[in-house]
Amino acid sequence: MIEYHSIQNILDLCKEQDKKIWEVVLQADMDESGASGEQVFEKMRFMYRAMQEADQSYEANLKSQSGMVGGDGEKMRQYNATGKNLCSEYSSLAMEKALKMGESNACMKRIVAAPTAGSCGVIPAVLLSYEENKNAEEDELVKALFVASGIGKVVAENASIAGAFGGCQAEIGTASAMAAGALAYLQGADNEQIMQAATFALKNMLGLACDPVGGLVEVPCVKRNVAGVVNAISSAQLALAGITSVITPDDTIDSMRRIGNDLPSCLKETSKGGLAVTESAKRIMEQFKSH
Amino acid sequence: MNIFDVIGPVMVGPSSSHTAGAVRIGYVARQLLGEEVREAKILLYGSFLATGKGHGTDKALTAGLLGMQTDDYRIPKSIEIAEDKGMKIAFGEAVLKEAHPNTAQLYLKGISGKTMELVGQSLGGGRINIAEIDGIETNFSGENPTLIVHNLDQPGHVSEVTSMLAHKGVNIATMQLYRSSKGGKAVMVVECDQEVPQEGIRWLERVEGVLKVTYLGKSEEK
Repeated sequence: MIEYHSIQNILDLCKEQDKKIWEVVLQADMDESGASGEQVFEKMRFMYRAMQEADQSYEANLKSQSGMVGGDGEKMRQYNATGKNLCSEYSSLAMEKALKMGESNACMKRIVAAPTAGSCGVIPAVLLSYEENKNAEEDELVKALFVASGIGKVVAENASIAGAFGGCQAEIGTASAMAAGALAYLQGADNEQIMQAATFALKNMLGLACDPVGGLVEVPCVKRNVAGVVNAISSAQLALAGITSVITPDDTIDSMRRIGNDLPSCLKETSKGGLAVTESAKRIMEQFKSH
Repeated sequence: MNIFDVIGPVMVGPSSSHTAGAVRIGYVARQLLGEEVREAKILLYGSFLATGKGHGTDKALTAGLLGMQTDDYRIPKSIEIAEDKGMKIAFGEAVLKEAHPNTAQLYLKGISGKTMELVGQSLGGGRINIAEIDGIETNFSGENPTLIVHNLDQPGHVSEVTSMLAHKGVNIATMQLYRSSKGGKAVMVVECDQEVPQEGIRWLERVEGVLKVTYLGKSEEK
């Protein structure tokens, strides 16, 4: 019977049992749920396929109720098709997919919360693009999802994954850390490096305000999914180069919780501060109401 | 925290805490009431109140009260569906002290006239906590089969419940005991690893000193 409540726990279990992170996360869930390894693995595959389905059902002409969001994923696709994209083909595709998923969510379509709906674009963008662009096996991508979920579970238990509780660092920050770990795994990183990747990603997102315009999961959420993706990719690359974080993974998560507590409530999904109270925000909300 | 709370649920957007979590609060409340809802007064607090409308929290809670799950395509239309069914819904502001930022207070009346008051909190990522039932503090997620027994505060009721569960081969995951005052009314909240058989619940309902038995079975959520 194994369980873990910190990143160090996971790494210790990996060492003791000579296992990979995804195996420890899978085993702990089997022990908790009483399900077989195959059942748990297939459940995670179901999540991966639901992400694929959501990605494929993107509609370029759809707009959210407020009209603030929609069509940007298609714009990004068109720009990438010109070949002038600054980022690599893989990163450009991931940016496009992150926009699409965020927009689908804002338009009340069906998505997979990962870890939340507001941050639902980051992980699928990184994984689906990897499958498409690097020809990875589906099983490997499901394993990467186990890596991501183990990291997310520890953050959820020791800090928060709710914007209303910890600000946007809890949502895009956590998603980005999970994606960075998953991506490092796919690129062949060892267990320590995977956790380093997650740590870099999380550190870069500490203190991020949750200040959605009109209280809607649209602005700045959708485009911030792109920031989460790019941050995850650069963090994975740092870790793969053998660079290490001075602050340990668990200390980083600990400071995330503290920062979340210290953030004033006007920056925690109440729309009473930050971008939500700007003149631009007020103007667009008045237009929205007068329709 | 389960890994499928981190990757998942599969849900209709736009917010896991304000949409999916709200659907689950409504759904668990509907299950606990044990019958169709005829009237609902829904009071919102904190961020639920401040931004709930834009996130469809009102539609989500109503969808849950209608028995819908978080991935149901009908969520955006739940209020119209409730009206068609003749379910009365009223929304308002909850007056609570130091509550969780995403809190909903529900006053429900079922088709048989049965009533229930419930306070639910959305913790993020679609996870919830039921913080109060009928004025008594509780603390459970609704993810496991949960047995709630209201009884008189007198010796023996805990052992009656646990013996019944042992007899039926049901393992207890967590157990909480609360009472309003010594010798007054008490509540037991028992989260179980297995489903509690109906005959066990019916037996409990007939035990002297037991006032009310509520049961929440395991829902088949993705």
